[in-house]
Amino acid sequence: MAEVLVYVDHVDGAVRKPTLELLTLARRIGEPVAVALGSGAEATAGTLAEHGATRVLTAEAPEFADYLVVPKVDALQAAYEAVSPAAVLVPSSAEGKEIAARLAVRIGSGIVTDAVDLEAGEQGPVATQSVFAASFTTRSRVSKGTPVITVKPNSAPVEAAPAAGAVEALSVSFSAQATGTKVVSRVPRESTGRPELTEAAIVVSGGRGVGGAENFAVVEALADSLGAAVGASRAAVDAGWYPHSSQVGQTGKSVSPQLYIATGISGAIQHRAGMQTSKTIVAINKDAEAPIFDLVDYGVVGDLFEVVPQLTEEIKTRKG
Amino acid sequence: MRIVVCVKYVPDATGDRHFAEDLTVDRDDVDGLLSELDEYAVEQALQIADEADDAEITVLTVGPEDAKDALRKALSMGADKAVHVEDDDLHGTDVMGTSLVLAKAIEKTGYDLVVCGMASTDGTMGVLPALLAERLGVPQVTLLSEVSVEDGVVKGRRDGDTASEQLEASLPAVVSVTDQSGEARYPSFKGIMAAKKKPVESLDLSDLEIEADEVGLEGAWTAVDAVVERPARTAGTIVKDEGEGGKQLAAFLAERKFI
Repeated sequence: MAEVLVYVDHVDGAVRKPTLELLTLARRIGEPVAVALGSGAEATAGTLAEHGATRVLTAEAPEFADYLVVPKVDALQAAYEAVSPAAVLVPSSAEGKEIAARLAVRIGSGIVTDAVDLEAGEQGPVATQSVFAASFTTRSRVSKGTPVITVKPNSAPVEAAPAAGAVEALSVSFSAQATGTKVVSRVPRESTGRPELTEAAIVVSGGRGVGGAENFAVVEALADSLGAAVGASRAAVDAGWYPHSSQVGQTGKSVSPQLYIATGISGAIQHRAGMQTSKTIVAINKDAEAPIFDLVDYGVVGDLFEVVPQLTEEIKTRKG
Repeated sequence: MRIVVCVKYVPDATGDRHFAEDLTVDRDDVDGLLSELDEYAVEQALQIADEADDAEITVLTVGPEDAKDALRKALSMGADKAVHVEDDDLHGTDVMGTSLVLAKAIEKTGYDLVVCGMASTDGTMGVLPALLAERLGVPQVTLLSEVSVEDGVVKGRRDGDTASEQLEASLPAVVSVTDQSGEARYPSFKGIMAAKKKPVESLDLSDLEIEADEVGLEGAWTAVDAVVERPARTAGTIVKDEGEGGKQLAAFLAERKFI
């Protein structure tokens, strides 16, 4: 069976969930060979093996942390040359897409980004994408070279599928470009204790109707009762009520959770672009005419400061 | 300092966007405009030029005749000149082909700094700046929420999923900026009038020594096999809060097994 390279997104050895989802998809088209780079790379092997990686290629070097993107491209290219895979899969993070794109140029291949599903096809892997604010679904494939495909979080279930996961050291020689962009300093994002927005199964978002930074406590309380991530509309972010890293929409993050709860969000096209593929959509808004109500499975027309706390209490009661 | 800003003419997202019979994006039926995210790139280029002793800003686009509108908007904001790559053989070009055309046009124009938006508002791939850096063989300093250039070094802040990083690279380099980099200016009346007199150079594939089969739908590195319009969501339940709205919603969430 053909081998498929899977780029591993991890933080100091802790594999992020989208990579595990990628392993599920990779098994549909071949035998997953994982590539883990940087500090903690070898520590990823156990988790990757449990989820189907037959081999884990690892490389550690200071270049991966000290310079932007290119050292990782050099390493992924080395893995590509060593394995001659049938496809290369990369998580659709901002950095993942850049790594994938540069690799594609080097190996003379096309690239498909932000796939939401992946299947084997007669002419290679077929990727499903959701485009134009999720108003269309397309099926695409790479027609030149070895397919390089990036996949969005929540595109497949995480499945246990024990495999050998043999760790092998990957030999990497860095290119002249590798040290071009220096990372002068790095400040880790402060953890909120909540799930990461793009990976969360449930997202609760607040918009203009929340009315102020301090009022986001109401949104956060609901999120915490559900174990959800907190998002915000562009209006709320531009007003300075919530950080940009939480912005859901065309210019922010695109999310596709099992449940999306929009509070005080009218549902402008830019916001819808970022959440319309959510499986179940719920909205709470004072304005019965708000366009968000066109999308919902369940909507409550009412004051969020009355509805949301009542909902939060009821959830806590039901959960006991 | 020679600054090239890459911009894209995109279908208006508030319009009814759709696909043509050959499964390429239909650009005839929908009004186009300068991609909003590219306005931030033009703005940052203007601010970098203001701080430099001697800087010239060229805006560059690849696209059909109408794409000149995007160039005019950027010129009216304050860019100095424009380059428009237009060729019938470009129809259906994918991101790999577009990056090839842009890289050749940038090399022909001459540059010290290339500035891009973080993504286009139609394709939203966000890979073009990295592709340009790879093709040009220069550093990428991408997804910046703050950017400055001093003594031939570009510096900026990149806010990622897990960390915020300070980056720096020597020129020449490719930069991309996010919508957090600073509000883009509106063109003034004077700017709009001045833009009409600014030079727009037209280039075709032969000027860039690119063969027709390297671009276009036939030359694309990817193929779209099917496009399906997503069925409109069926109307959900909408209730008016009469004091029990939160509890009713909780019952719905419980029914769907979220609680």
